[in-house]
Amino acid sequence: MNDLVSVVDWSRAQFALTAMYHWLFVPLTIGLALIVAVMESIYVRTGEQRWKGITKFWMTLFGINFAIGVATGIILEFEFGTNWSNYSWFVGDIFGAPLAIEGIFAFFMEATFVAVMFFGWNKFSRRAHLVCTWMVALGVSLSALWILVANAWMQNPVGMQFDPSQMRNVMDDFCAVAFNAVSMNKFFHAVASGWCLAGTFVVGVSCWLLWRRSNVDAARSSLKVGAWVGLVGIVLTIWTGDGSAVAVAKVQPMKLAAMEGLYDGKVGQELVGFGILNNDKKPGDDQQAIYAEIAIPYGLSILANHDMNSFVPGINNLVYGYELTADGDTVRTESYAEKIERGRQAREALAAYDVASAAGDTAAMTSASTAIAENFPYFGYGYLDRPEDAVPPVAITFYAFRIMVMIGGYLLLLFLLYIFVGGWRTAWLERPWLHWVGIISIPLVWICSQAGWVVAEVGRQPWVIQDLMPTNAAISDVTSVSVQITFWVFAVLFTCLLAAEISIMLRFLGRASKTDITA
Amino acid sequence: MLRVYEFYRQGFASMTVGRTLWLVIAIKVAIIFLVLKLWLFPNYLNTEYDSDAERSGAVRSSLIHK
Repeated sequence: MNDLVSVVDWSRAQFALTAMYHWLFVPLTIGLALIVAVMESIYVRTGEQRWKGITKFWMTLFGINFAIGVATGIILEFEFGTNWSNYSWFVGDIFGAPLAIEGIFAFFMEATFVAVMFFGWNKFSRRAHLVCTWMVALGVSLSALWILVANAWMQNPVGMQFDPSQMRNVMDDFCAVAFNAVSMNKFFHAVASGWCLAGTFVVGVSCWLLWRRSNVDAARSSLKVGAWVGLVGIVLTIWTGDGSAVAVAKVQPMKLAAMEGLYDGKVGQELVGFGILNNDKKPGDDQQAIYAEIAIPYGLSILANHDMNSFVPGINNLVYGYELTADGDTVRTESYAEKIERGRQAREALAAYDVASAAGDTAAMTSASTAIAENFPYFGYGYLDRPEDAVPPVAITFYAFRIMVMIGGYLLLLFLLYIFVGGWRTAWLERPWLHWVGIISIPLVWICSQAGWVVAEVGRQPWVIQDLMPTNAAISDVTSVSVQITFWVFAVLFTCLLAAEISIMLRFLGRASKTDITA
Repeated sequence: MLRVYEFYRQGFASMTVGRTLWLVIAIKVAIIFLVLKLWLFPNYLNTEYDSDAERSGAVRSSLIHK
């Protein structure tokens, strides 16, 4: 048992490490592709040569990030096959189909047009080259779409039937898988956050050039484009974040409760703006959950349900079940103890199916299949020892959510500031404090982006597939030593790649700052 | 085909930063596919079992007894 816990924990840590490193590169690729396309559009529209130089400058930075980041995501697929084989088999073609579409369509589209974007400046007409640049921007977003569809299915498994003979889920509604509320909000939220991240990157690098008094005209022009793209990105991120909150309230209410450190929900639930969690608080005890709380009245009810008088369940409500009489209605949810019982019935039916299958008893197989189908929505609960095991790490989820929201709010103000300064107070662009605000915002936006994924992924623990499969059931029969070795191999590999990217970028920027990039 | 080949050849020949990047990509891809995939990350079910029937049986058994 101890080794199983160790294998699960090391495998989770390894997957988190790989995914987080991968996500350092991806949002910059998504956002910078758009910004380069916008800049080239300005060049084609105005015919000003300096915009061609500016476009090529940012295109080179895009190329560095693209080259370092490409193929880092494939390691995640290796991990599925080695460490998470039960999961990989169980998801069947639902996970494979979006990833195959991503590999065949979007990646090759990206790869083809990237070559034209870099090599085709003097070989294609301006407009044809511009079309290719926009196709790269579209391609990277489409790549993201299919990956995020696959991720969203894990958070909201829909559009499939479980087949006990294959031990796989079989997709029966592609549109339900691809275009449900969770997947669409996740896609637009992630892509828009990439625009926001790249906007901050462009603003920050432009500020660095201004601070060095190098390429001032190009830096000012770039800063405006970066700030506008960033503003559009952060507004869309906030908007889709609201959509995500509604979706989470419906399909992952435990995640929402953990995000808020909410144990006992109520009608007209407030939103915690700031607070310090009581780390000793456990489900079902009488301790105070949050100290020094600054709350927005009715905020969580509005956020979750767009209704200030709606009920938002807390961790205790979800774990132990609740009944609610509001406006004459009685709502009852099952407790996790009841769900665990249903999950165990599904497992027992699966065992009965296995015996019937070995004996060739068709009638018993049909009966077992029916029992599995009836209890399948609770299948994963059958692997939990006690109801409290279904509660995610509350502190990590709670603080990561606040880090994301606070930095997101800061970025909104940042972009408004630079748009105002770039448009109406250009003299301020010579002030060092304004340069340093832009420069120090670069790491902040990555922290914000990573925090968002921490909320999404830590907040849904222990599930690898929501309600259907917890991490301890998804794991392969591998040793923790082998996972530990590969964990450190990845840590070294990715750190080297990150160091290479930063080093190549800094060398390129150092050289560029000594030349006229618009020439 | 010749024009496509020339397009890529001239493109690669004119690269500056890109040459370092291609070196990084080559090393990275070699590590990922020749070291990680071959030696450290075999597909567990494909390695241990010969057919889909055996794999589904193994997963069923694992999920029943876990």
